[in-house]
Amino acid sequence: MLSIRNLKASIEGNHILKGINLEIHPGEVHAIMGPNGSGKSTLAHILAGKEGYIVEDGEVIFEGKNLLELAPEERAREGVFLAFQYPIEIPGVSNTTFLKTALNEIRKHRGLSELDAMDFLTLVRKRMKLVDMDPSLLGRPVNEGFSGGEKKRNEILQMAVLEPRLAILDETDSGLDIDALKTVANGVNSLKNKDNATLVVTHYQRLLDYLVPDYVHVLFDGRIVESGDKTLALELERKGYDWIKTKAGDSK
Amino acid sequence: MGKDREHIDSLTQKEYEYGFITDIEMDMAPKGLNEDIIRFISAKKDEPDSMLRWRLKAYRYWLNMKEPTWAFVTYPPIDYQNIYYYAAPKKKEGPKSLDEVDPEILATFDKLGIPLEEREALAGVAVDAVMDSVSVATTFRKKLQELGIIFLPISEAIREHPDLIKKYLGSVVPPTDNFFAALNSAVFTDGTFVYVPKGIRCPMELSTYFRINAANTGQFERTLIVADEGSYVSYLEGCTAPMRDENQLHAAVVELIALDGAEIKYSTVQNWYAGDKNGKGGIYNFVTKRGVCHNHSKISWAQVETGSAITWKYPSLILRGDNSAGEFHSVALTNNRQQADTGTKMVHLGKNTRSTIISKGISAGYSNNSYRGLVKIGPGADNAKNYSQCDSLLIGDRCGAHTFPYLEVDNPTANVEHEATTSKISEDQLFYCNQRGIGTEEAIGVIINGYAREVFKRLPMEFAVEAQKLLTVSLEGSVG
Ligand SMILES: Nc1ncnc2c1ncn2[C@@H]1O[C@H](COP(=O)(O)OP(=O)(O)OP(=O)(O)O)[C@@H](O)[C@H]1O
Ligand SMILES: [Mg+2]
Repeated sequence: MLSIRNLKASIEGNHILKGINLEIHPGEVHAIMGPNGSGKSTLAHILAGKEGYIVEDGEVIFEGKNLLELAPEERAREGVFLAFQYPIEIPGVSNTTFLKTALNEIRKHRGLSELDAMDFLTLVRKRMKLVDMDPSLLGRPVNEGFSGGEKKRNEILQMAVLEPRLAILDETDSGLDIDALKTVANGVNSLKNKDNATLVVTHYQRLLDYLVPDYVHVLFDGRIVESGDKTLALELERKGYDWIKTKAGDSK
Repeated sequence: MGKDREHIDSLTQKEYEYGFITDIEMDMAPKGLNEDIIRFISAKKDEPDSMLRWRLKAYRYWLNMKEPTWAFVTYPPIDYQNIYYYAAPKKKEGPKSLDEVDPEILATFDKLGIPLEEREALAGVAVDAVMDSVSVATTFRKKLQELGIIFLPISEAIREHPDLIKKYLGSVVPPTDNFFAALNSAVFTDGTFVYVPKGIRCPMELSTYFRINAANTGQFERTLIVADEGSYVSYLEGCTAPMRDENQLHAAVVELIALDGAEIKYSTVQNWYAGDKNGKGGIYNFVTKRGVCHNHSKISWAQVETGSAITWKYPSLILRGDNSAGEFHSVALTNNRQQADTGTKMVHLGKNTRSTIISKGISAGYSNNSYRGLVKIGPGADNAKNYSQCDSLLIGDRCGAHTFPYLEVDNPTANVEHEATTSKISEDQLFYCNQRGIGTEEAIGVIINGYAREVFKRLPMEFAVEAQKLLTVSLEGSVG
């Protein structure tokens, strides 16, 4: 589904990604861990098509398409979804309007008819239960004045409505309380099927207790320096990143 | 970042959609302004002598006035002797129905997407179509007549209702009020007169479509609306003009009078030619709009301003009567090299008077958009209340937004609140929308319509839809 080959990228002259290789197949859950500033969000942004980054080398193939050549909205319509580490506020635009516009753009792209207001509301109400979101948030401006946890839930609600092929969750767990973490993780789990995949960026094992990864990768200084199964996350939790740093240093 | 920048630029540099020129034989007065021209206009309109004297008085006053320079706009000096002050489509008699209207004119409305036939059918809207300076079609007049409502081209009203004209014309905006009002009083050629009798609720929205059509023809509209005691009327004004190279001057005057217990809603969608993206051409729009509220009456202004190269316009209200209320809801959008200096004046004179000002400026391209507002609480205005909210939204970083709020309070019981915000459509917001599948063009549309929603809510339904489209068109590729 997604192949990242030797991806090197910089921002404002700083080399951040220094040769990423990653292969994701349908039905898989991958977790990316790694110290602050190692390039996790950078990778997520580049996959989503955020401006300002310069790709210096490598390629990204998504469903047979050269992802880096597509505009951000085209990637989204093709099924790439990014749950933002810091969701953006859009004053004046209601959550409903925003989400309905997004869904209908994506449906148009997929050759489906646009949903009218009624059908849309029925769908959203159903999806809201999945993340146990307060219905009053629907009528409010996108993320404006939302608490940290509400913003994160809203990201997952959007994911649940838009049904992406590849969902990239950038630290969706940060800001969620213990119960919310469970709810949201279960929500993501219930959206899982054999045709879609999830790439989850996190610092903590507790999310992975619920959202069990097939693979765990450690991103350090712009490279994936270690990959393993879910036990790698437990090891990191126990030992921290020092041993990774040493190992990475040795291999240089 | 560069790509988004370019994208925003390409969106904001859309060509004017409605640029075309209708070919109708014009009946023109020679260029320039002098007493003979005013006599010519007055004679053409078959006006009573008193009207001619009124015009001449205004003209003589105007001769000694100076063009105002305080607004935050710049433009080359206007040569008032290089303008035609009278132009009329040639015709034998006023048409009695649409069948009699010049097909050319109907075609013009067609191109604008506002065919009269359709409008007629739409939700009981009566249309008094003004083509250049002479009315070409008046519909629904009969139905209105049954209720005693007068809805006439002002030149007809001057002939047929001299008493009402004498009593109210110039009573809110006297000819001496300002430079452009004096000029208008001297040379206005047409416009609309509305009178709603006591206790009558006008059952339909009244609307007029203006078009400026003859090259170098200044357009001097005059609108007078009188709502008698306990009556109600909603009036819509909308306009668009053909593409032009030379600047066209427009100096309209609108006067509203709400007598005791009456209510007037006045809505405008203004989309005149704004000039090309380098600022060449476009309409100079110097408008004086003012209303007077008597006891327990209410006047609301709602405007969506997207056109004109220069806009100088402050729909104002004098809350003379006790317990009267005034509202001003405005969206002003400027793009490319457009300049807008617009706002309102709320003058509280009566007790328990209330006013609300909601102003939403949107600037894009290299444009400049200023809000200028005055809230004045007179010494007799006990317990007067005003709430003002002035927001500015910037698209790109080469445009300007300015706010000039003035406040004069001469009564200690007044309660005045002012809020102002400036925001920008950020690249992060656009990326967020993009990431959800919404293209940049559509994203800007969604954000802008959200931002201006409070004002759209105040417009009559069919106008709100049109206005929403206009904003999107003014910034995006195409309608719909
Ligand atoms: N505009 C920029 N200019 C210079 N450096 C930048 C810019 N944006 C990001 N960086 C740097 O890129 C590096 C990677 O940042 P990124 O946000 O990808 O880290 P991360 O792995 O997501 O960290 P965290 O765990 O804290 O979220 C950081 O050192 C950051 O300071
Ligand atoms: Mg990060």
